[in-house]
Amino acid sequence: MNTRAAKAKPKAHVNGANDKQEFLELYRQMCLIRQFEEACGEQYSRGNIRGFLHLYIGQEAIAAGVMRSLRAEDYVVTHYRDHGHALARGLDTNRVMAELFGRATGLSKGKGGSMHIFDAAKGFMGGHAIVGGQLPLAAGLALACQYKGTGGIAVVFFGDGAVNQGVFHETMNLAAIWDLPLLFFLENNLYGMGTAAERTRAGGVDIYPIAGSYGIEAAMIDGMDVLAVREATGEAVKKIRAGEGPKFIEAKTYRFHGHSMADPARYRDHAELDYWLSRDPLKSFPKMMLDRELATAEELAVVRKSADDEVASAVKFSLESPPPAKSELFTDVYA
Amino acid sequence: MAELTIRQAIQRGLEEALQNDPNVFIMGEDIGKYGGAYAVTSGFLEKYGPKRIKDTPISEATFIGAGVGAAAAGLRPVIEIMSISFSLVAFDQIVNMAANLRYMSGGQIKVPMVIRAPTGAGAQLAATHSQSFETWLAEVPGIKCVAPSTPADALGLLRSALSDGNTVIFAEPAQMYGVKGDVPDGRFTVPIGKASVQRSGGDVTLVSYGHGMRVLHSAAEDLAKRGIEAEVVDLRSLSPLDMDTIVASVHKTNRALTLDMARRTGGIMAEVAARLQEAASDWLDGPVARVGAEDVPWPYNRELEQEALPRVEDVLASLKKSYGI
Repeated sequence: MNTRAAKAKPKAHVNGANDKQEFLELYRQMCLIRQFEEACGEQYSRGNIRGFLHLYIGQEAIAAGVMRSLRAEDYVVTHYRDHGHALARGLDTNRVMAELFGRATGLSKGKGGSMHIFDAAKGFMGGHAIVGGQLPLAAGLALACQYKGTGGIAVVFFGDGAVNQGVFHETMNLAAIWDLPLLFFLENNLYGMGTAAERTRAGGVDIYPIAGSYGIEAAMIDGMDVLAVREATGEAVKKIRAGEGPKFIEAKTYRFHGHSMADPARYRDHAELDYWLSRDPLKSFPKMMLDRELATAEELAVVRKSADDEVASAVKFSLESPPPAKSELFTDVYA
Repeated sequence: MAELTIRQAIQRGLEEALQNDPNVFIMGEDIGKYGGAYAVTSGFLEKYGPKRIKDTPISEATFIGAGVGAAAAGLRPVIEIMSISFSLVAFDQIVNMAANLRYMSGGQIKVPMVIRAPTGAGAQLAATHSQSFETWLAEVPGIKCVAPSTPADALGLLRSALSDGNTVIFAEPAQMYGVKGDVPDGRFTVPIGKASVQRSGGDVTLVSYGHGMRVLHSAAEDLAKRGIEAEVVDLRSLSPLDMDTIVASVHKTNRALTLDMARRTGGIMAEVAARLQEAASDWLDGPVARVGAEDVPWPYNRELEQEALPRVEDVLASLKKSYGI
């Protein structure tokens, strides 16, 4: 059973009532993602969402915690488990859901689907579905920020599976020699599809020491703790904006469901799953807020209700949206 | 009008772009301090500085992927791959990123980038350095693919590629950098997607591109001695493919031969031949004659390599077989 992250000390620093609105917002985002993903699962079973669908349930603290440190001019690039990042970056919930439904109102007009959410106007440059393939793209976006002097940075999310791809190493090397304003954010959920990281990774499941070999400062944090994610990202982003070059964060996390809807996750034992379920950020974070009297149960319930309503509206919007016209088959091939 | 080599024509096009568009930068292996494996960017680093002329690590996938990201963010990267054979290492980035990004984002993203790469066999570089993957890349929707065979076309096509909104694969025949030709003055361009009739004739249409043009022109000379006037067509653009020019020529000649200096099976000329059968079968006096390189890995030994490469005799024999001429 892999419970390494349990040993990490909570890094959250709570500064009293000033943080209340910020914490409620973090909670709102995590609730929105959780509810969105639950709805996706349901719509998948009804046949309204097809193809590959990878749920982010369990990893919400990461997307929510990272995006708080980003600005409009920054770029976000991610992997195929991308709904959570999209929502936390502020993409329109209706249009993200409609994309999963393959409708004309989807962000990619129904041509991308679950694995390829884009909103270029918000610097959200895609969910990408070749493991690790998104890393060079992010380096190029960071290069453009540097070249044009926009002050922006790029953040790239990837999983523990991607670190065994050559481009992972190549991109760290390129980012380091060119001092690119790039944050490498590793969501280490301990499994590359159904294969445990400890079976595919020489040197153990901690990846962050590799970054050090490229001269990139790296931190490992508890990815189930949204405040730890927010704090570590804030520190790294501050240094990147100050011109210190790329930084690397590894967050240990866990997906509560299988790799995709096709995966019953029989390769994990119950004790392991139970352990990680006990660290569910959707439980621990609101509990912390209640314990420290940063929010009342009623306030938290209001947040949950607003997330539920937003997702219900998105499903309704998607169901009522038209499919793309057949002529769309031939548009957007060339500029 | 000035006489330039293909190398000089490409240099001129790149320098114009560097001078006129601050968003243009060049990156690749050994393009800066070394001056480029084929000396195309010789002196550029000194002239334009390290921000615009970037030597990269030997990481084709990553610097091409970085080019895609830079282009998506509004820059116009020009990337040199030392040999189009090395594009294999970067196929994921070329196909899944450069070509697919626009479509899978519903048209939100543009990738205006030029990927230059020497291509082709003939210099005894053996199996891994002699291939012609422009024929594979030409199949991929979302990117364009051109291959000049004259200095004027090299400059004109490069100008078009550098103002295109898409990624353009610019395949440079590796054995033809020193070929000289007249290049018009002024800012002429050669449109992407337009073939060129390099020699007019009414008896047979000969189609190829890049290195193949030298073989076709020699064959046309031989045919002329026998009173057969060949029309020689240079595709110039493998994608989009200009079938109109080829079909119009066949309407005139009723005979067609395609020549691929790449391996014969699955090459771009297989597509040209198939489309000719569809579009012009009533006009053809016989099956489209096809000549291509042998379907083997490229050998090192000179005689073996020459044996694998199509020759003038192969062109003539194929015409005899299809049309009895």
